[in-house]
Amino acid sequence: MLAARGLRLTVPGRTLVEGLDVALAPGQCWALLGPNGAGKTSLLHALAGLRDPDAGAVTLDDAPLAGLARRAVARHVGILLQDESESFWGSTLEYAMLGRYAHQAGMFAPDAAAESAARAALAEVDLAPHAAQPYRTLSGGERQRARLAQLLVQSPEWWLLDEPLAHLDLGHQLAAMELVARLARSGRGVIMALHEPLWAARYCGHALLLYDSGRFRHGPAQEVLTQDHLEALYGCRLAPAAESAAPLFIPIR
Amino acid sequence: MADHLAARLGHALRRLAATAVILAAPLSLAAGLWFGSVHVPAADWFAALAGGGSEAGREIVWSLRAPRTASAFACGALLALAGALLQVLLRNPLADPSILGVSGGASVGALTAILLGLPAWAVPGLAFGGACAAAGVLLVLAVRLTGWNVHRVLLTGVAIGAGCGAVVSMLLALASAGQIQGMLFWLLGDLSGATRPAAPWIALVAVAVAAQPLALRLDALTLGPVKARSLGVAVGATQALAFLAATVATVAAVMVAGPIGFVGLVVPHALRLAGFSDHARLLPLAGLGGGALVAAADTLARSAAAPLEFPVGAVTALVGVPVLLALLARTR
Repeated sequence: MLAARGLRLTVPGRTLVEGLDVALAPGQCWALLGPNGAGKTSLLHALAGLRDPDAGAVTLDDAPLAGLARRAVARHVGILLQDESESFWGSTLEYAMLGRYAHQAGMFAPDAAAESAARAALAEVDLAPHAAQPYRTLSGGERQRARLAQLLVQSPEWWLLDEPLAHLDLGHQLAAMELVARLARSGRGVIMALHEPLWAARYCGHALLLYDSGRFRHGPAQEVLTQDHLEALYGCRLAPAAESAAPLFIPIR
Repeated sequence: MADHLAARLGHALRRLAATAVILAAPLSLAAGLWFGSVHVPAADWFAALAGGGSEAGREIVWSLRAPRTASAFACGALLALAGALLQVLLRNPLADPSILGVSGGASVGALTAILLGLPAWAVPGLAFGGACAAAGVLLVLAVRLTGWNVHRVLLTGVAIGAGCGAVVSMLLALASAGQIQGMLFWLLGDLSGATRPAAPWIALVAVAVAAQPLALRLDALTLGPVKARSLGVAVGATQALAFLAATVATVAAVMVAGPIGFVGLVVPHALRLAGFSDHARLLPLAGLGGGALVAAADTLARSAAAPLEFPVGAVTALVGVPVLLALLARTR
């Protein structure tokens, strides 16, 4: 169980969330929705232990994250960051292999399992032919998939994804969501910041809405992802679109 | 299929490059023992290497050329390692040992010793003091007071370097005509006083032993500190160790050879462009390549126009710049 207890996150001059209690259970897939600047990224960083909460705590199976070694945390909690430094000089394969760091015994060089895991992960995100290509020459969407492959190599129980669909074309957006759904079915817990309620409604059983006022709302997706709630969340009017398995809203003027 | 062939070819070229660097190290040392202002006949030279031959031959090879060549190699290796570490730490491809302000501090110390006419041993002594003082100021101002903020560390190092540069200009203005040549040589990198290779070699072994186990963590750090932490790296401890190793390497090299520019910049980048991006291979190859480059450059500097000597820093740059430019032009 990855849980936030009485979590308060602030940035200078503003409170992002106050008194947030939320728990991710294995097999659950959560959507994290909110307008720009509402604190989605800050919340994901806090859940990954990359940012100290201003109050409250994040716990991993009831142990506070802050008290665990980084390697131990990284074996259980993985995060797809929204942006990262682009100064990596190695190949796409070497990039994916870095996901293995938290698991390997030796510190000197990647172990034997790293390469096979990385090749399998690259194949899973459709990047196998790019394994030998320098990471920095990949396109934006290809990099995003390489990051997913690195997370597959890291193989955490808890997947925190910050805009996993960014830069992906429609086909690869679907592939990424299917991948996430498979992970959840296999017992991993997922929470992902999304900007598209359509994907959230189709793939996530739970949703957490962060309003820019510091308030929040969470629960089962079908109760949270309603027209009223989403209109209030994004400050725009929505209209229900055609019949579909999951509720689908399009913005209107 | 074409991709596969290209990958195989790239792999073969990388092996060739690694072999060349590894061979260059002993070759540069041998060249340092072979070339010089005095020609030692081949038979005498080989006999001297084995510990026999004429006394003059032994004296030249073992008492004059060997300590200097060994010092040059160690200094080059230290500077290249410091450069490789700093480029990751500061996430800036232009980072090199001079950016810490440590070289500037050493210059102030060395020039003060020359200006005051202190005995020869005082020059490296005061250079060491100046380098340590600059490193200490940087540590306190940038690292302790502000945490590890890359931009602040860089700016603080540049500011310390600029301050030291101003003092160096003052010292040059105060110096007599006779002192100025010695000062300029020191500022351009000078190994003529490097008769005791033990100190830089001890520093080199210590730095290599400290840095090599960090290799994987440095790989992760190239993705930025936040990403590295998310992968499980203890970022603070890694940065502190790497920074300490880079500082020790710079201080040890600058104290012996003066601020030889460009080695710390060109060697790691040339290796990265040649395809060695992982620090497990980059660090040892940078050490060997940097050592070979400075040992060869120093041999050239003292024997090309003997008895005239060129500043080793100038020769290093003259050799290194075309290599880097060629690699930049060839690779995407």
